[in-house]
Amino acid sequence: MSDIRQFQTHPEVEIATESPLAYSRQRSGAPAITVSSQVMLRERPFQGHLTLRGGAIVLDEALRHVLGLSLPSQPHGLNHDDSGERSVQWLAPDEWLLIVPGGEEFSLETRLRDALGDAHVSIVDVSGGQTVIDIEGEMAHAVLMKFTHYDVDPTVFPVGKGVTTGFAKTSAILRRSSASRWELVVRRSFADYLYRWLLDAGEEYGIGVER
Amino acid sequence: MSQSTKQPNRLAAGGSVDRTRTLKFTFNGQAYTGHPGDTLASALLANGVDLVNRSFKYSRPRGIVAAGAEEPNAVMQLGASEATQVPNVRATQQALYDGLVAYSTNGWPDVQKDLMSWIGKLGAPFMPPGFYYKTFMAPASMWMTYEKYIRKTAGLGRSPSEPDPDIYDHMNRHCDVLVIGGGPAGLAAALSAARSGARVIVADEQEAMGGSLLDSRDRLDDQPAHAWVTTALEELAARDNVTLLTRTTANGYHDHNFVTLHERRTEHLADSAPTIEGRRQPRSRLHRVRAGQVVLATGTHERPLVYGNNDLPGNLLAGAVSTYIRRYGVIPGRKLVLTTSNDHAYRAALDWHEAGHEVVAIADAREAPEGELVEQARKHGIRVIAGSAIIEATGSKRVSGARVARIDRDGFKVVGPVETLDCDTIASSGGYSPVIHLASHTGARPTWNEEVLGFVPHTVKGVTTTGGARGVYPLADVLADGAEAGAVAATAMGFEVATEARHVPQATVVTEGAACALYQVPHEKPTLRAPKQFVDLQNDVTAAAIELATREGFESIEHVKRYTAMGFGTDQGKLGNINGMAIAARCLGKSIPEVGTTVFRPNYTPVTFGAVVGRHCRELFDPERYTAMHQWHVEHGAEFEDVGQWKRPWYYPRRVNGRLESMHEAVVRECRAVREHVGILDASTLGKIDIQGPGAREFLGRVYTNKWAKLAPGRVRYGLMCKDDGMVMDDGTTSCLGENHFLMTTTTGGAAAVLEWLEMWHQTEWPELDVYFTSVTDHWATMTVTGPEARKLLAEITDIDLDRESFKFMDWREGRVADVPARVFRISFTGELAFEINVQANYAMHVWKTLFEHGDKYGLTPYGTETMHVLRAEKGFIIAGQDTDGSVTPEDLGMHWAIGYDKPFPWIGKRALSRSDTRRTDRKQLVGLKPRNPEVVLQEGAQIVFDPQQTIPMTMVGHVTSSYYSPTLESGFALAVVKGGHQRMGETVYLPMVDGTIHEAEIVGTQFVDPEGARQNV
Amino acid sequence: MFHIYCPYCEEYREEEEFHPKGQAHLSRPEDPDDCSDEAWGDYLFFRDNPRGIHHEMWVHAQGCRKFFNITRHTVTYEILETYKMGEQPTITAETNTARPAATASSADDRAATEVKGAQGVQA
Repeated sequence: MSDIRQFQTHPEVEIATESPLAYSRQRSGAPAITVSSQVMLRERPFQGHLTLRGGAIVLDEALRHVLGLSLPSQPHGLNHDDSGERSVQWLAPDEWLLIVPGGEEFSLETRLRDALGDAHVSIVDVSGGQTVIDIEGEMAHAVLMKFTHYDVDPTVFPVGKGVTTGFAKTSAILRRSSASRWELVVRRSFADYLYRWLLDAGEEYGIGVER
Repeated sequence: MSQSTKQPNRLAAGGSVDRTRTLKFTFNGQAYTGHPGDTLASALLANGVDLVNRSFKYSRPRGIVAAGAEEPNAVMQLGASEATQVPNVRATQQALYDGLVAYSTNGWPDVQKDLMSWIGKLGAPFMPPGFYYKTFMAPASMWMTYEKYIRKTAGLGRSPSEPDPDIYDHMNRHCDVLVIGGGPAGLAAALSAARSGARVIVADEQEAMGGSLLDSRDRLDDQPAHAWVTTALEELAARDNVTLLTRTTANGYHDHNFVTLHERRTEHLADSAPTIEGRRQPRSRLHRVRAGQVVLATGTHERPLVYGNNDLPGNLLAGAVSTYIRRYGVIPGRKLVLTTSNDHAYRAALDWHEAGHEVVAIADAREAPEGELVEQARKHGIRVIAGSAIIEATGSKRVSGARVARIDRDGFKVVGPVETLDCDTIASSGGYSPVIHLASHTGARPTWNEEVLGFVPHTVKGVTTTGGARGVYPLADVLADGAEAGAVAATAMGFEVATEARHVPQATVVTEGAACALYQVPHEKPTLRAPKQFVDLQNDVTAAAIELATREGFESIEHVKRYTAMGFGTDQGKLGNINGMAIAARCLGKSIPEVGTTVFRPNYTPVTFGAVVGRHCRELFDPERYTAMHQWHVEHGAEFEDVGQWKRPWYYPRRVNGRLESMHEAVVRECRAVREHVGILDASTLGKIDIQGPGAREFLGRVYTNKWAKLAPGRVRYGLMCKDDGMVMDDGTTSCLGENHFLMTTTTGGAAAVLEWLEMWHQTEWPELDVYFTSVTDHWATMTVTGPEARKLLAEITDIDLDRESFKFMDWREGRVADVPARVFRISFTGELAFEINVQANYAMHVWKTLFEHGDKYGLTPYGTETMHVLRAEKGFIIAGQDTDGSVTPEDLGMHWAIGYDKPFPWIGKRALSRSDTRRTDRKQLVGLKPRNPEVVLQEGAQIVFDPQQTIPMTMVGHVTSSYYSPTLESGFALAVVKGGHQRMGETVYLPMVDGTIHEAEIVGTQFVDPEGARQNV
Repeated sequence: MFHIYCPYCEEYREEEEFHPKGQAHLSRPEDPDDCSDEAWGDYLFFRDNPRGIHHEMWVHAQGCRKFFNITRHTVTYEILETYKMGEQPTITAETNTARPAATASSADDRAATEVKGAQGVQA
């Protein structure tokens, strides 16, 4: 499809990368995880993030064909593939977020576009603009209660749900990928602010950061 | 400071204080002791401290009146150090801890010998309502001086002058049922709702849940009432679906069942929050609760009677007397007289008697009091004087006697001889007022209930009021009502409530006689001449003041409130409002419901700023957005400028000869580097929007003022965006990536608004256009390499053909820069040769550093936003939002070249550009200004006039929008909007400054440097 | 703080996630070039300010970024319904004339004011 200009962002040679939290860890520190840590953070940077926009039916078909992953059609749905490494999340009635292992995004986009043919969709690589922060531990949801006005009670926020909502004074995506793990998908430029906020709010629970 | 361990008013037994442990505290510098379980108020009373404050206006001595949130007098300044000062703490709500330091809020310089007390003695004629308005009105200029002293004497508490060592936070909560109040009704409601499986939060402002049951004489299931409280709390605490919050005040009730709860987490422990394993914990926490249903179980406040000198220390509410005896083991005097309009208050006399102290008499306003409690009192040999009331207390700093007389309530007069009884304590009760503050926050006006002689809340969607708060008083009824309220709330949320879930304990039934309506007690003298009869103790409002207000023509209760200050401030009319309304009603010859009530407002009791602010302070006050190269800027000494929420390098001062450059020096150096060699700017903050779809091109043509039909892939174009009123809202370049694929850039500050703007037009007006917009601002890092040497530098590290013929101005190309795939755009905001390099942000630091590795020999200089501003202004490039302000059209900017009047679709803003107002020739138009004196840099925002001789107010014809010193011109220069400016080239305008100097400037074109654009096109 | 049902997310969300965009159902004149200055001025500058039922456009800015409309009572602040772009309100000042301008008080009102198509706040 020459009407759309795809772009391979990754170099062919090994180049030093910096994650959105690289500077934050240096400046604000990364407290060690101890036996009394009730909240743990872990950044999972450098993954492939694609924003899909278009009709649910055509995108679902293409995604099944290419990744064997079905598109969540209900609001706030979050589906993972069998390996758990690839996920697709409902963001809006015509918008989904696809996260895959870093480096896969360009060929994935190509294959999706091939599968989609002439359908009117938009696929945008946003990998450089987002990072994922895992939040785990028995007080993870307590920290989240300070952080977001969204109802994060584990009894009403099931595994397999994801929402875009307000966190402190900005917004982010919150997903529950397993019973014990929450994931925040944050924008690069806000990552430092949100990281500092988490460290501050988690202090009373002995928050630690996986290094 | 003498150390006293005696607590003369502490009973040997009774109450829930731990007498085996002693806590030390000081009040007004004097050392005292108390016990765990005490409040500051109960400990002060135990120590026999009568005088806790001076009154707000008359500086009269005041003592503790109540035992809860309604306390009007014992309002304290707390804090052992300057940094931990907290004003406006009610001693009745403050748990005692070891080392507590408290001071009276009022009473400068000394609560015992108050300078101001002579005012109180002089009485009402000297300080009538409106005294301050009337006395200090003239001259107006002196008010600021008066105010300073008035505030000091009034003593509204003070804030600390040092930073607060504590941290605070917020917690967002959601529940099906929020129960406010943990007394009998609230606990019963919580139990029935919780048993249904609903998510329940129970909040209670006291140290422990239980409310009136904690000091009740009643028995539940044949056990002391507090034993049932323990059982109920155990059941609730064991449930996963229940959250119990003690020491937590529901202080504000907002729209759609949003309630703020102020939880004091550590205020009962120490002056500052203790750390746990070295970790700080929040001193207090604001819970922001979104509740499906709210159960208001806020109970009642006892109403004091209004009689002469009813503010003397030793006058207490009847219920407070019981609370101090039964809950804290403190008896606040020796000889008690009770004055009441109801049976319930007899409990105070019975408790007093059982504690072994003398009850001198009970003055009961009813003709024939009867009921179980009355009989018990008589059986104990307590003298009951029917049809009478205390008309006046006597004493100077403490009650020494009570003047009791027969009264005619309906005729409002004393009808019998006055008997003076010797006593040191007066307990009074005029009945009970449902606590309707929270219900009132929703805007719902309460309704008067004649049966309970009080206002009860109006029903509001999603709210169930229960128990005392809606005028249900007998304990058995309260429990049943509470259980029902909890069930109703849970049912409304879709839960099934089984019959057994509503089970409540069996309460002993105490038969009470009917209460009578009594608010102000008549005196032998008319109200205006009688000893002061206080209605609102905290704001020093007397019955006479209300009478005077009505005489002066204030008929609306809201006006009476504002004239007298009744129910103002931190008190919010808890004790006084009903009495005040009743008195106003009597004076106006109306009924209470006709007069109505004033509106109670948040907060119910004071909330510290810390709790309101939570974590949103200091370095977390607002988001700070960083680019991928932020760390490099920090390490290279950049000063930062806030642009929206971004931190952008402003300039990079260098250390020259051991001295750091000034901003001016740094900017001059950076400007020269760009004009003469090469500079680099971190432009990552520009908004970037990826636009895809067959409708993209048409859409661009509708939202931009200029043409997009023929922009080919590989080309870039500048675009102006207007609102439909024709005024410029944003600008930027948009590149054609593919036939159906564009990359739009926006201003840094406008990014989010522009994306929302595009979505709005697409979703609401033109859904038929097939196009999608996705923000890629954070995905790409952007670095602008600009200056005569830019091509040479970039050529060293890119595989892109930079030849001027194959890579023209306003082209973009793909390739590698420092081995990283990049899109490079030949656009220029400096007027020099420029390349904007975009790479995926995770690789940005590598590319940036590689540029510097190769750039040294070319004199590569990082420059910040200030230099960027100078360079673009020299070229007459506008900044939307600085040179425009929502009242400037593209034509006003002289940008006719960017308007496609002949485009087929009526694009946004087009029609407005032909309105008569936008066609005016005297509109303010963008021009350049050249100060006559080249050393002058005009002030941005300075007003422009044509005639400097005109007298003030002068006719202002425009203002300066951008102004800098230009190292290239070696002169100051500016952009400005001037009326009809485009036709005034060469004319002189004047800029009068505040200090009287008048600058002269010549109107010139906006392009000061290289107007032909030759330099960027090399 | 309003609690607003987003018809696209099919959930209630906090007011801070939304931006109000003013009066709903404004239509941009079909042919602006053929429109008088006065008519264009009306479209640009004049808005209703009713006491009572008001239709407003909002956007779920921090969520799905979709625009939608709400019917709100400007005295009680109750949101009577929310509906997607392109749909019409079921509650209008005309259909709702019997409604008191004060706070809803009866159970009937409560039932009538349930947000259409929503299951209440129950999780």
